Amino acid sequence: MSNRIITPVKEFEDLLPQEYKDLVADGPFFAEKGVDDLGTFKEIMEQHPHCAGCGEALGMRLVLAGLPTPQDTLIIGTPGCSFFGLAQTALNYSNTAFGNQNAVASGLKRMLQIRYPDKHKDVVVMVGDGGIADIGLDYTLHSWFRKEKITTIMLDNEVYGNTGGQESGMSKEGKVLNMAPTGKKFPKIPVFELAKTSGCCYVAKVTIASPKKIGKVIRRAILIAREIGPTYVQLFTPCPTNLKFAPDQTLKVAKEAEKDYYPFEEFISDDAAAYLAKVEQAKGDGKS
Amino acid sequence: MCENKYKVVSGPEGYLPPAASLMGVLLPDEGSALLEGDIVKEEDAMQQIAKKLCNAKNPVIFPGPLILWDWADGVIEKAKLVKKLADVAGAKIIPMPDYRPKYPKINPEVEINPNHPNITIWHNDIDVCIFVGVHCHYANVALKIIRGGTDCYTISLCAEVGHEDAMVSMRDLDVKKLQKLIDIIENEKSS
Repeated sequence: MSNRIITPVKEFEDLLPQEYKDLVADGPFFAEKGVDDLGTFKEIMEQHPHCAGCGEALGMRLVLAGLPTPQDTLIIGTPGCSFFGLAQTALNYSNTAFGNQNAVASGLKRMLQIRYPDKHKDVVVMVGDGGIADIGLDYTLHSWFRKEKITTIMLDNEVYGNTGGQESGMSKEGKVLNMAPTGKKFPKIPVFELAKTSGCCYVAKVTIASPKKIGKVIRRAILIAREIGPTYVQLFTPCPTNLKFAPDQTLKVAKEAEKDYYPFEEFISDDAAAYLAKVEQAKGDGKS
Repeated sequence: MCENKYKVVSGPEGYLPPAASLMGVLLPDEGSALLEGDIVKEEDAMQQIAKKLCNAKNPVIFPGPLILWDWADGVIEKAKLVKKLADVAGAKIIPMPDYRPKYPKINPEVEINPNHPNITIWHNDIDVCIFVGVHCHYANVALKIIRGGTDCYTISLCAEVGHEDAMVSMRDLDVKKLQKLIDIIENEKSS
């Protein structure tokens, strides 16, 4: 986990497939890139097997572009739509048993702190709403109670997508889905609020309709998790297949949600705010 | 040295062949190697590797991430020798840069992936292959798939304890052993 792992040995450099040569020459590893730079560098996630118009695929692309140091980042996933794409990214990635992601991430973070005491190794959980709000809620909350220095990102598509459309705790109240024919009977689980009261130092809620904000909050969440404590980003990534809208309407759906029930929100604790001000001032930051 | 009834030979053995370890094949101790399921002296395994490479129609070396990327000290020295091995044996090199499942699929002309190594072997009509620098858990998966679906003769040059599912498997591969193997291949070529 450093630039050495993406430095080819000279003897075999010419033999690498073009994709790897591009990643080495134009990827986000040796020069810092962000969401603003999309289109000018070789991305660590390009092709993926998600449905047409998938909000999660776009969300992942934006999150990955916002990672401050991808070569020193370990992504932890769990079953769900998200891991189809994540498993194919040119990043260190580990899948977990369903819902165990924050427990696994806690262990890996602690191990990496021991192994590399002088270096930041960012452990980032990136999973769906089912993994965080339903099946993994206990592990997620406990990692926050314990103040584990990890970033948790929920790709909230408001449904169990790849299993055919069951309601999740994050589905909207009343929402009719393939396997919730009478509509969901209770509101979205307030994970954003739970994060604030459970020990997260930085919490943000954003949709894929705001790419620059995603870049900014991901960067902030990861930087704060390095020094202060757990952070949480909730990203609305609507699912055309199960929420039943046309694949070319994904951004429109996200924009409408942003105006309606998914407004941009950010919470930052005092110590995290002080740390962030120091870091952003030192870097002349504003990078999104 | 130690003979096993189950022979790890080139396939195709059929869909889902048993893992050789489940059929009683044991990993060799230090200084030994595996030859088609039997534990033999390292030198004998090297002779077999040389014979197979010299008689192959299309031998190919599959270097894995441990030898393709400069991730640790000592990698470059090993990589130089693997390149030399390919030159001496007249083998092509097709890299396995990482283990990601790829969408929509890999290009079998320029790479091999442990999740479907048979595609690269079929596409290039490879009859003898060498795995080197591949993490053991992925090497095990790939070697079993190759034995199941192809007639390719597999050789693993492992820096750890070897692989039961390869037809020939060296263990504790270091620079010294690689150089010795190159010397044996050169002798076999000239004889």
